[in-house]
Amino acid sequence: MPLIEYRDALNQAFSEEIERDPNVVLMGEEVAQYDGAYKVTKGLWKKFGDKRVVDTPISEAAFIGMGIGASMLGLRPVMELMFWSFATVTWDQIINNAAQIRYMSGGLVNCPIVIRGPANGGTNVGATHSHTPENMLANIPGLKVVSAATAYDAKGLMKTAIRDNDPVMFMENTLLYGEKGEVPEEEYLIPLGKADIKREGTDITLIAHGRAALTALRAAELLAAEHDISAEVIDLRSIRPLDEDAILASVRKTHRAVLVDENKPFCGVSAQIASMLQEKCFDDLDAPILRVTALDAPAIYSPRVESKQLPNPQDVIRKVLSIC
Amino acid sequence: MDTATKSTAHALAPINKSLTPEAKIQLLREMLRIRRFEQRALNEYTRGKMGGFMHLYIGQESVAVGACSLMGDDDHVITAYRCHGHALAVGMSMNECMAELYGKATGCSKGKGGSMHFFAPDKNYWGGHGIVGGQTPLGLGLAYGLKYKGLKGAAMCFLGDGAVNQGCFYESLNMAALFELPVIYIIENNGYSMGTSLERSSVVKDCLAQRGEAFCVEWAQANGEDIYEVRAVTQRAIERAHKESKPTILEFDTYRYYGHSVADSKHKGGYRSEEEIETYKRDHDPIQLFKKRLIEEGVLTEAQFEEISDAAKAEAEASAQFAEESPLPSDASIFEDVYFEVDRQTEAGRTGKHFFND
Repeated sequence: MPLIEYRDALNQAFSEEIERDPNVVLMGEEVAQYDGAYKVTKGLWKKFGDKRVVDTPISEAAFIGMGIGASMLGLRPVMELMFWSFATVTWDQIINNAAQIRYMSGGLVNCPIVIRGPANGGTNVGATHSHTPENMLANIPGLKVVSAATAYDAKGLMKTAIRDNDPVMFMENTLLYGEKGEVPEEEYLIPLGKADIKREGTDITLIAHGRAALTALRAAELLAAEHDISAEVIDLRSIRPLDEDAILASVRKTHRAVLVDENKPFCGVSAQIASMLQEKCFDDLDAPILRVTALDAPAIYSPRVESKQLPNPQDVIRKVLSIC
Repeated sequence: MDTATKSTAHALAPINKSLTPEAKIQLLREMLRIRRFEQRALNEYTRGKMGGFMHLYIGQESVAVGACSLMGDDDHVITAYRCHGHALAVGMSMNECMAELYGKATGCSKGKGGSMHFFAPDKNYWGGHGIVGGQTPLGLGLAYGLKYKGLKGAAMCFLGDGAVNQGCFYESLNMAALFELPVIYIIENNGYSMGTSLERSSVVKDCLAQRGEAFCVEWAQANGEDIYEVRAVTQRAIERAHKESKPTILEFDTYRYYGHSVADSKHKGGYRSEEEIETYKRDHDPIQLFKKRLIEEGVLTEAQFEEISDAAKAEAEASAQFAEESPLPSDASIFEDVYFEVDRQTEAGRTGKHFFND
């Protein structure tokens, strides 16, 4: 199987879906002639031209809203936010329009749009560029929220997101764009709402999404090698819809759970999962549910310090050892 | 040109000159239907039959009816929360609109949208939007969709004079001009953004539409009380959209007789004088002006007018009856129309947990 970068896996997904469906159009700042700020859309403008790959001005409110309006007429816009942090200036369009129009029209109007871009801290770009809004977006019924940890997942989830008839918010990660992973040459799709057991284990379940799933995986390797603890790692992949069954089944097997989350702790994705676990798995649990999250403060710039703000394998191991 | 000459010129514009007597009476009927519908709705609102906000369009009828009367198959409409007039003007029934106000399952949005959120995509009507100015990028998107699909259409996006101060409107104007999109922004300037007069909310050189010059967007300001003028001016913008795929900003001076919403207690004698309201009602009422005109043209008689007015009143009354007798949405319907895939029970809709109540 070819080993390709996460960004190229996304690029393949766009290319294939543009070829497959004449209504798919890619838009955003610098996505066309500049090849994308993070080169995720590299070569697509050259390949498909002005109609299918469109540079927009720096006007997130207007271009995201424009994509939503166009989606009401049947287009399938795939909109890049250079950073998900910039969603703040188009919040009204996402929250009030993309998410609510189907409901407020009694099901008469659909918004089959994908809004995508990186949503992560850890790159020393300061608090304004380091938000992880997946929890906020998943809080809004009407939206779907996806987060990909690997090249394979990124491609399969993106193709599904583009074909989905509801608005899908797709979280990528600048720290992962250059990571290589195996991606098959033949076409595949990954359904939204299916978690992936990235490592099987018996003693504890580590639950994560996005880059935190890789942190959990590394922690699981070390736990096995150094502490003889067998950790199962569940990558949510899709936050809403959520694969509740996979989470519950795993925790019922291992009886312990640590949640790893690059969200901030207050009302983060892991808070939702923890609430669900205590409600549905209380009798199966042999220990409290613990969380490792981003530290609860704005993202600090200082390069040597910021890395401490995000969960790392040692943080995870410490929490695991406290209950195993 | 003085007002009278201008008014005659608009009446003689080809788009108006070609109107048959029946078509002219139909324009009057549409305006009367909006007024009678809303009068009835206000009545029922004060009787406690509906909740929430209600922003009445009464006084502005000529703008929605005039502009929407020009719609072809590929022309689309989107507006803000003062949306009842446009809904009826594009052909939605009083029944579905009144039932929506009552929050009934037979409402146009199944009782899920309410007064500010009427939709009828089958009639090219895309809402009904509650956030001031939030619909302006959506209107841009409708125009984008039309152009992308190679259709010769226009997206008419209505907004109020208050909405012109929202940033996304200017972002949209820039993109409309940059991408050459067939969008027509129609500012219905009723003089007040809620309780704040135009003078207190906006810097104006000559008019609001003129701001389009900053974006090289063609613009026109016109008298919204004259339905012939609305049609003549809007038609030019539609032609520009169809033939050149270019945007236009239109500004129609108009007036609302009621408050920003029915909860606005200060509209009379507060931020505007009773005398001002009475002057508009007496001298600038779009229905009375058009009635007078049609009588002068020999198209209409006083008796016919009363007949049309009574029919609209009866239709509105029947719609209230229909709404009253209609069922409420079921509790289960709270979770319908959230996700397309869930409603259709597609493979995607059956995969994973979409709702988190338990």
